[in-house]
Amino acid sequence: MDPPNIQNMRTPLARAIGFGSAKEGGGAWRAERVSAVALVPLMLWFVGSIIAHTGSDYVTFIIWLKTPLAAILMILFLFAAFYHTALGLQVVIEDYVHSQAKFRAIIAVRLGCCALATAGVVATLRVAMSG
Amino acid sequence: MMPSSTTTRPRPLSPNVQIYRPQLTSVLSILNRVTGILLSACAVVLVVWLVAAAWGPRSYTAMQGAIASWIGQVVLFGATFAVFLHLCGGIRHLVWDSVRGFELRSIYISGWAVVAASVVLTVAAWIAGALMGG
Repeated sequence: MDPPNIQNMRTPLARAIGFGSAKEGGGAWRAERVSAVALVPLMLWFVGSIIAHTGSDYVTFIIWLKTPLAAILMILFLFAAFYHTALGLQVVIEDYVHSQAKFRAIIAVRLGCCALATAGVVATLRVAMSG
Repeated sequence: MMPSSTTTRPRPLSPNVQIYRPQLTSVLSILNRVTGILLSACAVVLVVWLVAAAWGPRSYTAMQGAIASWIGQVVLFGATFAVFLHLCGGIRHLVWDSVRGFELRSIYISGWAVVAASVVLTVAAWIAGALMGG
């Protein structure tokens, strides 16, 4: 308990209000879990696909990525993986960086994840759509 | 305004990790975070690999050559283990999120299950890869 403070007549509740939850903190936490659930089957599919193409040459790999199922799952995997990465790295930054660099680092992570996910999706579509 | 009384009382400190005996629980906790950060770097490589495939056969073959080198294989093996440790650790976290398995005994059972499953899945993946003609 805080020692009594004569100068501050406000109640402990009144002093706590404004320093507490913003009522929106659960959103990022929930999104991290939802993307994690999506990533369980997607990651197993991805690892299985990589194993299946261990000895494949360029043509075999391209023919596989041109199949609709492979292209769709690869794009879903990229979205889920980079969304989860952005949320996960944000938590790491929030835990260890306490200076003004925190916001810059979080913005850099978000922009980087957006750029990489877009590059991966465009590359996949380019392979899938090419004649 | 912060109440002045909080500034006079020193806040309790966490135990220093340097003198704290590592436990399965704490080691797996930090490994889930470390593997998450490592997999972020692997995700960058994944995009480079896809872009190389979209670019054409020459860049794709160069990328495959880098992966096939001994250092590429060591990194790929580490990445495989990181994937399975983070995947299994993540499933353990999802079970905890459903408010299950919080008894000390359950925590150690699930912890060792994560370690065993990650090792078995990593070895199985590489055996399967070798059988596929890697």
